[in-house]
Amino acid sequence: MKKEAMICEAKIVNESRREFLKSGLATSAGLTLGIYFPAVLARQAQAGPAKTGGQVVTQATFEPNAFVHIGTDESVTVIVKHLEMGQGTYTGLPTLVAEELDATWSQVRVEAAPADATRYNNLLWGPTQGTGGSTAVANSYEQMRKAGAVAREMLVQAAAVKWGVNAEHITVQEGMVEHRQSNRKASFGELVELAAQQPVPAEVFMKDPHEFRLIGTVLPRKDNADKVNGSALYTQDVKLRGMLTALVAHPPRFGAKLKQFDAGETKKVNGVVDAIAIPNGVAVLAKDFWSAKQGRDRLQVDWDESNAFRLGSDEIMSRYKRLAQQPGRVARKVGDARAALNESSRVVEATYEFPYLAHAAMEPMNCVIELNQHGCEIWNGEQFQTPDQMAVASVLGLKPEQVKINMLYAGGSFGRRANPQSDYVVEAAHIVKAIGGRAPVKLVWTREDDMRAGYYRPMYFHQLRAGVDTGGNPITWQHRIVGQSILKGTSFEQALAKDGIDQTSVEGAANLPYVIPNITVDLHSPDIGIPVQWWRSVGSTHTAFVVETFIDELATTVGADPFEFRRDLLREHPRHLGVLELVARKARWGQALPNNRGRGIAVHESFSSYVAQVAEVTVAGDGTFSVDRVVIAVDCGIAVNPDVIRAQMEGGMGFGLSAALSSKITLNQGRVEQSNFHDYTVLRLNQMPEVEVHIVKSTAAPTGVGEPATPVIAPAVANALHAATGRRFYELPLRLST
Amino acid sequence: MIRLKINGATYKLHVDPDTPLLWAIRDAVGLTGTKYGCGRALCGACTVHIDGRPTRSCIMPVSAVAGQSITTIEGLNSKAATAVQSAWRQLDVVQCGYCQSGQVMSATALLTDNPNPSDEHIDAAMSGNICRCATYVRIRAAIKLAAKNLP
Repeated sequence: MKKEAMICEAKIVNESRREFLKSGLATSAGLTLGIYFPAVLARQAQAGPAKTGGQVVTQATFEPNAFVHIGTDESVTVIVKHLEMGQGTYTGLPTLVAEELDATWSQVRVEAAPADATRYNNLLWGPTQGTGGSTAVANSYEQMRKAGAVAREMLVQAAAVKWGVNAEHITVQEGMVEHRQSNRKASFGELVELAAQQPVPAEVFMKDPHEFRLIGTVLPRKDNADKVNGSALYTQDVKLRGMLTALVAHPPRFGAKLKQFDAGETKKVNGVVDAIAIPNGVAVLAKDFWSAKQGRDRLQVDWDESNAFRLGSDEIMSRYKRLAQQPGRVARKVGDARAALNESSRVVEATYEFPYLAHAAMEPMNCVIELNQHGCEIWNGEQFQTPDQMAVASVLGLKPEQVKINMLYAGGSFGRRANPQSDYVVEAAHIVKAIGGRAPVKLVWTREDDMRAGYYRPMYFHQLRAGVDTGGNPITWQHRIVGQSILKGTSFEQALAKDGIDQTSVEGAANLPYVIPNITVDLHSPDIGIPVQWWRSVGSTHTAFVVETFIDELATTVGADPFEFRRDLLREHPRHLGVLELVARKARWGQALPNNRGRGIAVHESFSSYVAQVAEVTVAGDGTFSVDRVVIAVDCGIAVNPDVIRAQMEGGMGFGLSAALSSKITLNQGRVEQSNFHDYTVLRLNQMPEVEVHIVKSTAAPTGVGEPATPVIAPAVANALHAATGRRFYELPLRLST
Repeated sequence: MIRLKINGATYKLHVDPDTPLLWAIRDAVGLTGTKYGCGRALCGACTVHIDGRPTRSCIMPVSAVAGQSITTIEGLNSKAATAVQSAWRQLDVVQCGYCQSGQVMSATALLTDNPNPSDEHIDAAMSGNICRCATYVRIRAAIKLAAKNLP
């Protein structure tokens, strides 16, 4: 999925142009979009005066394409095809439309797009609608600007007709259309009726970046007011008439099956309506969450664990280490890395270990589903429209287009809500099917359910060997990776696995940017019965740590400065170099620190964005340490909204810091040992460093910012700890005391 | 039947006395701004004020708070709350937003008690509220901004 983003980088412009004509312009005026947010709210009788990004569009009379509605009330409604899960799509994408439309930011409203891949596909994913791989702005950059430009052009034509003047002499500024020579002005709202009658232009003028008025400025987030007063609507908040809340008793081990259950005590709980078998366990349905929880707690279930997965983390890691003794499938080969070892004056070796990681979004997975005469309707923090439609259709015996999906805000995701098997969405479908659709169902996972449901960032083992010549230059690099394939068995397997190599396992390693004449990167993808999935920044979560701590170790081994060493070896990669030099300058690299403090640097490209970080740590006498300050430099092409970029750098780094400091999922005889935030610990406010973000000025097409900050912090911190203690670190989370 | 005083209104609820306040607020009263995150008072998403004190509603049985004055995010209207929410908007603190009701409740309680908190006070008052988007830099800055803007 995400690899395609990288592969297609050079093709973005052409691809999006072509797709736009197909999916955007061709639909033209007269398009009617379901106004579903208000429908939810109308039924949500008890939820108070909730508002969401989706406003009631009462007078949308001008709908030039699938992405813009303009009302006589001067509202410009931008239909956003990507999930807002915190990363700022509901701000960034409307900015692109407003820019070319010359609208004012305050008149722009946001509405979630329905599930319809013919209009709202991710242009980097072919015919698939969904959000991920930091592609939202990258794939929408041209499409959304063009949507705005088309609307603008039709408003101008309308004014030309109305005033009987030449359209070329008409200007648009801040929501006003003007003909200066005749001193005539009209607002968008005054022109919408006439604009709707104008032909949709095949070619439109779009601005040069130097003409941008909104892009590159700090515009306030469109979702901030509702998220500060509690009115933003999440899946957890949906309440339909007659709706039942479902909790599911899941098997205690992956691969176990339901044998039988006794719901006698469960059904005695006030509010419990039913307890039914579904393929993945037993669903307890009740009138509210607490009744369902009480009912589930009283359920007696026998599981068939004959085919259950029973290994522990240590056993899995031992297996990986044995595998690493054999060559894997080659992901990259330059020169002859093995032969060059013999010519090396010095050889450095290291191995690295990484645990499973849960996404642990603040909103545990959940889904609301209702069967109706048209098919079914879903309310969800929807990240993966097309795969979810297909999976649910298959369960319910429907056509995919009969699965209507309302995309609500997601309380975080970090990849989890784009599940390749549509796991929790399918679970909801099985429940509503099992009760014959007699009531709408809200499936709710508790925190414990969420943490133990699998689909983790996989465990990995890495083995590194490098040789340097007498001048201290690296001349060979061997990198072996062992870990489960994320893509195996998914619909993305064929698209993204080349020659048996899952690109998401080797990204960040196979594309090593350092100039080294002999390189081998190979991969083992063993089958292990734990479901795995992409986790914010995917392969880079482990490859960046390995590459960036190992290159640092090479530098200090030959007595070089880690910054200067990288700088020399990145001479063929100007964008890596740009962020590296910027971050070093801003962090005052080289300036002395007290004895118990250290400064570490790391640089990494992911999703076609470049991030460098310098971390400063303090090591205390008791063997603990703190991360005090992080300086970040990012090159993501044109900065659509610098403040959203800063926020993603801060937050993405903070997300990676959780994994660097403490988060891990471990298995004991196949059982997940962690269950909640007391044993799966994540970053808290008192651990958050000061953060400084610097954005490289660029005219390149914009690339994503949701993920690229995440993988860089762990190596930066490990390298800083080395500077402070002289020790190297070979596993995450980092442990200072042994 | 249990009587709960929430945001100035009295609700008569037919819920089990052991029902956590969170679920009474969300499912029985229908105020959904208060969020479920962990169910074990580990994350702070469910924070409400009980007689002004920040309290994790997910482990508080309704029987323990009957008759006390409960404030949820929907009922905030103090000067401190206004300053906090306005600072939150001004600095664009939110990302996914799911934890932010709890963050705002904790920050409001902090500023009500201590209109000029130090970093240590902020650490102590806010470290029980997890934000997986890690908006912590801005949370800290927004609390300081709100303190500055308090009348």
